[in-house]
Amino acid sequence: MKNKSLWIWIGIIAVLVLFLASGYNKMVKMDEAVKSQWAQVENVYQRRADLIPNLVNTVKGYADFEKSTLTQVIEARAKATSVQINANQLDPQSLQKFQAAQDQLSSALSRLMVVVERYPELKANQNFLELQAQLEGTENRIAVERRKFNEETRKYNTYIKRFPQVLYARIFGFGEKGYFKATEGAEKAPEVKF
Amino acid sequence: MNRKTKTLVLLLGVLLLASPLFAGDFPPRPKPPRLVNDLTGNFLSPQERNQLESTLEQFARETSTQIAIAIVPDLHGYDPSDYAQRLAEQWGIGQKDKNNGMLILVKPKTAAGKGKVFIATGYGVEGAVPDAIAKRIVEAEIIPEFKKGNYYAGLNKAVTRLMELTRGEYTAEEYARRISKKENDDILAFFVSLLFLFFIFFGGHRRRRHATMGRNVPFWTLFFLGGAGRSGGSFSDFSSGSGGFGGFGGFGGGSFGGGGAGGSW
Repeated sequence: MKNKSLWIWIGIIAVLVLFLASGYNKMVKMDEAVKSQWAQVENVYQRRADLIPNLVNTVKGYADFEKSTLTQVIEARAKATSVQINANQLDPQSLQKFQAAQDQLSSALSRLMVVVERYPELKANQNFLELQAQLEGTENRIAVERRKFNEETRKYNTYIKRFPQVLYARIFGFGEKGYFKATEGAEKAPEVKF
Repeated sequence: MNRKTKTLVLLLGVLLLASPLFAGDFPPRPKPPRLVNDLTGNFLSPQERNQLESTLEQFARETSTQIAIAIVPDLHGYDPSDYAQRLAEQWGIGQKDKNNGMLILVKPKTAAGKGKVFIATGYGVEGAVPDAIAKRIVEAEIIPEFKKGNYYAGLNKAVTRLMELTRGEYTAEEYARRISKKENDDILAFFVSLLFLFFIFFGGHRRRRHATMGRNVPFWTLFFLGGAGRSGGSFSDFSSGSGGFGGFGGFGGGSFGGGGAGGSW
């Protein structure tokens, strides 16, 4: 009789452990998916940062080009590259800080592109045209990778917040992760004062 | 109870309404699979369509790189680059492990708006077709022809350039591997059968007195199992991506990261 209840307890514990293990493994898998997507996001932002020195040099060649717009781009780039976050701490606050720095660079760059419209010789420069195409492509890539990151994060966040994972996710260190937010007024052309 | 059912009905209604709206923005994956998809119906003539289709089909067979063309009547408010990336990803153009797909998206010129064209490149061909090159193809090959109304000529030139650029990038090694694997399998099967025959012939002689059904069964089971496994393998080969016998086998599940360039006319 005593033996029987012991076996029942062992059985219950075994089922529980198996259950926990499958939940844990799934969280690890989803966490990894978010992290590898984060690496993609960092890649495309890095790609943009790498393009800027070339762009600035090309534009600088045109003597009368406004210095202030260029300086803003250079400063925003320096700031954006200084804000790096570890893939292990993608919490909402860190991500928001990262996004704020990058968005500042985005708006400085689009302002530059609007100013460029007033320089016909620059727009005829083959080198500049190629840089412009690359920059446009990079902005598209950023949009895509951010969207993919949000999708992975949504899957992960939904999973850890559901019952019963919500009971033990934090114990194993699986916290909520942040999303990229659509930038307000991102679709509107930036305002330029002449 | 009553309220609950009401909410449920409302929820279902919203879901039913919402899903076709979302799906309607993007045409479903073509069935039967096709590389040239004129969804406006009159942008290309049937002969022109078939001509492009066979060129692209052959290219996909030789290199496993898939170049698809989609001509859509409306972009549903998306940017051409955004629409092209989402559509290409949904269709899964290119092979899954190589991401070697490309999509030429065209929205014809209408009375209401400009014509738009965008070349989207999969992750795996971003090196062979950088954005600046894609831009040049759009501006130097496609737009001038489109402006004159020579739609086929513009697409054909672009496709030719894209094939030149990506031909060396991916070889049909997958296709070759598949064939050689099959040959290897056949050789292996031949030797295994020989071994079994040998075993039966000699082993059988020596143990004739002890031979029973029970002893012989595992051998036959093994033989049949082996045969079944092999035919299963070759079956899955048929269904996977490129390399079918004639015709286009379907998109391979390639992924897109927003690369490419476009223009308007």
